[in-house]
Amino acid sequence: MSTIPSPSTVPDATGHFGPYGGMFVPETLMAALNELTEEYAKAQKDPSFQEELDDLLRNYVGRPTPLYFAERWTEKLGGAKIYLKREDLLHTGAHKINNAMGQILLAKRMGKNRIIAETGAGQHGVATATVAARFGFKCVIYMGAVDMERQALNVARMRFLGADVVPVTAGQATLKEAINEAMRDWVTHVRETHYILGSALGSHPYPMMVRDFHRVIGVEAREQIQEKEGKLPDLLVACVGGGSNAIGLFHPFLEDEGVRMVGVEAGGECIETGKHAARFQGGKLGVLQGTKTYLLADADGQIQLTHSVSAGLDYAAIGPEHAFYKDQGRTEYTYATDDEALAAFQELSKVEGIIPALETSHALAHVAKVAPTMGNDRVIIVNCSGRGDKDVEQAARHIFGEAPDSSA
Amino acid sequence: MENRIDALFDRLREEGKKAFVAYVAAGDPDISRCKEVVKALAEAGADLIELGVPFSDPLADGIVNQMAAQRALDAGTTTPKVIEMIRELRADGLEAPIILFTYLNPVYTYGFEAFHRDASAAGADGILTLDLPPDEAAAHRELAYHEGLRQIRLIAPTSPEKRIASISAASEGFIYYVSREGVTGEQDEVATSISDQVAQIRAHTDTPVVVGFGIKDPEQARTVATQADGVVVGSAIVKIVAAEGASPDLAEKVRDFVKPLVDAVKSV
Repeated sequence: MSTIPSPSTVPDATGHFGPYGGMFVPETLMAALNELTEEYAKAQKDPSFQEELDDLLRNYVGRPTPLYFAERWTEKLGGAKIYLKREDLLHTGAHKINNAMGQILLAKRMGKNRIIAETGAGQHGVATATVAARFGFKCVIYMGAVDMERQALNVARMRFLGADVVPVTAGQATLKEAINEAMRDWVTHVRETHYILGSALGSHPYPMMVRDFHRVIGVEAREQIQEKEGKLPDLLVACVGGGSNAIGLFHPFLEDEGVRMVGVEAGGECIETGKHAARFQGGKLGVLQGTKTYLLADADGQIQLTHSVSAGLDYAAIGPEHAFYKDQGRTEYTYATDDEALAAFQELSKVEGIIPALETSHALAHVAKVAPTMGNDRVIIVNCSGRGDKDVEQAARHIFGEAPDSSA
Repeated sequence: MENRIDALFDRLREEGKKAFVAYVAAGDPDISRCKEVVKALAEAGADLIELGVPFSDPLADGIVNQMAAQRALDAGTTTPKVIEMIRELRADGLEAPIILFTYLNPVYTYGFEAFHRDASAAGADGILTLDLPPDEAAAHRELAYHEGLRQIRLIAPTSPEKRIASISAASEGFIYYVSREGVTGEQDEVATSISDQVAQIRAHTDTPVVVGFGIKDPEQARTVATQADGVVVGSAIVKIVAAEGASPDLAEKVRDFVKPLVDAVKSV
């Protein structure tokens, strides 16, 4: 596409996506981030790094994932053909492990012996704990106390995997506070520790590196859809918290002019009440946790409380690359409310036999809205970024008004 | 008028004395009591007052300063109120230099240039923006303005020689050397590598080097003062404010705590 800068030219050498991104961190972290940037550049040029990663992705993680034609859902909605990119079938249950695997190989190269990570829904925490176990690293996961309660299953999984899960009680005790605490840990133990940040967020090189490790999603999908349909899709849809699964799917299609891309943020209870996490609806430019981007803050620059039924989307800032391509008019953003996501969660479960994550359900809710308005010669790919096993209890509480009865 | 920070270090250098820098969170426990605390710090002999601008997500701070920022925010402290507080302190006759210790987002939201202009006009003398490294200030014209306020830079134990050289060369007012890897807060032992690091910085600049992060008692303050141009004590004072915030004796308790620290630094 001639109107947007070539995707291979962003970010610049210091991590700027146009006016967004950068390295807004305390001096103590600058050396570690520069080391990481250099090591990552070296690894990219080292064929043995890519070979090892490819081998692990294929034999341990479970790539490539299928691009599945959701035939019954398509019929039911009566419009565009809907394909699901089945990242939910990956080991540990979500796309997050693509990045965790790439980063642990970097940590190994850098000679670190300790891994830390933040987690919201717990999927990134589980992915990190998994690769840490696989490579014999000590692992500490920071998780908001509220998220630990609503994603209890993932907390148990991380502990089985040998990780130390540390509850964070500051502020609203969700993802943002977990990142603050992980950064504090990193500042304190920076020499021996690698921080596996889990979304396309934070200081350079993370937004670029996390994107690169997830690009495989879009690269596979682009090839698969051409095999199945003999053409490119008309629309890509993905949910956006920090934005890692979305940028992974979108990025390889950026120069395909006819492909529209929509990121779906968490509309929470509703936009008007402010109980949401939709940064492009009422958010503003600012700097949070290392990066310049759109965020939800008050008139004084204090970060606002967010709300979403899905812990993975419940975050006040959006990945800087999304802000950049939105400005270019290349990507678009909308939102789905808690109720819409819960409805999509049930719908996909019943119609396709696939229980999606609540995060993913936001993307599905948007598909349910737009597919019927599109012709049946049109093709949508939605990133089925994670499976809903972790959400069963939480969803049951919302849908049936109580937790599932385990004695039944 | 000469910048108060520059004047202070000129004077101390002539006298052969070291600076005692006291940190508190602006607006903790509220604006009016914070003013009493700042005056008490000056009365106890603090040479320079460092005021933390409260932010919801202080990721470089330990738990003591996080809670102080939260108390300040809960009491209704905003960035404009912090600037107004400085104006009132100057009107009341406070002469010690004031620097603002802040995260970027409140400053950016206020308006980067406007913040610097207004804070300087109110009587602030310097600013240390924790998450604005010189690299980003250089990359964004809008983040380079700092007329009126000395731009205080951090150097960390992890800073490689090349960064120490470039940060030192561009430094103003004083250099804040972070004595150890970690967040703000007390520690039992002061890092042993301070002399070497300070010497390394001094090889690149004449700008005074002040050491902070984790210094809590007179003995530590004295040890550090022998190796640098000044000593910052923060969390240990903030803890007194936390414990005595509601007490009518708040100012007195702060003065009693700070006086021995000042004496220790001045004994060097």
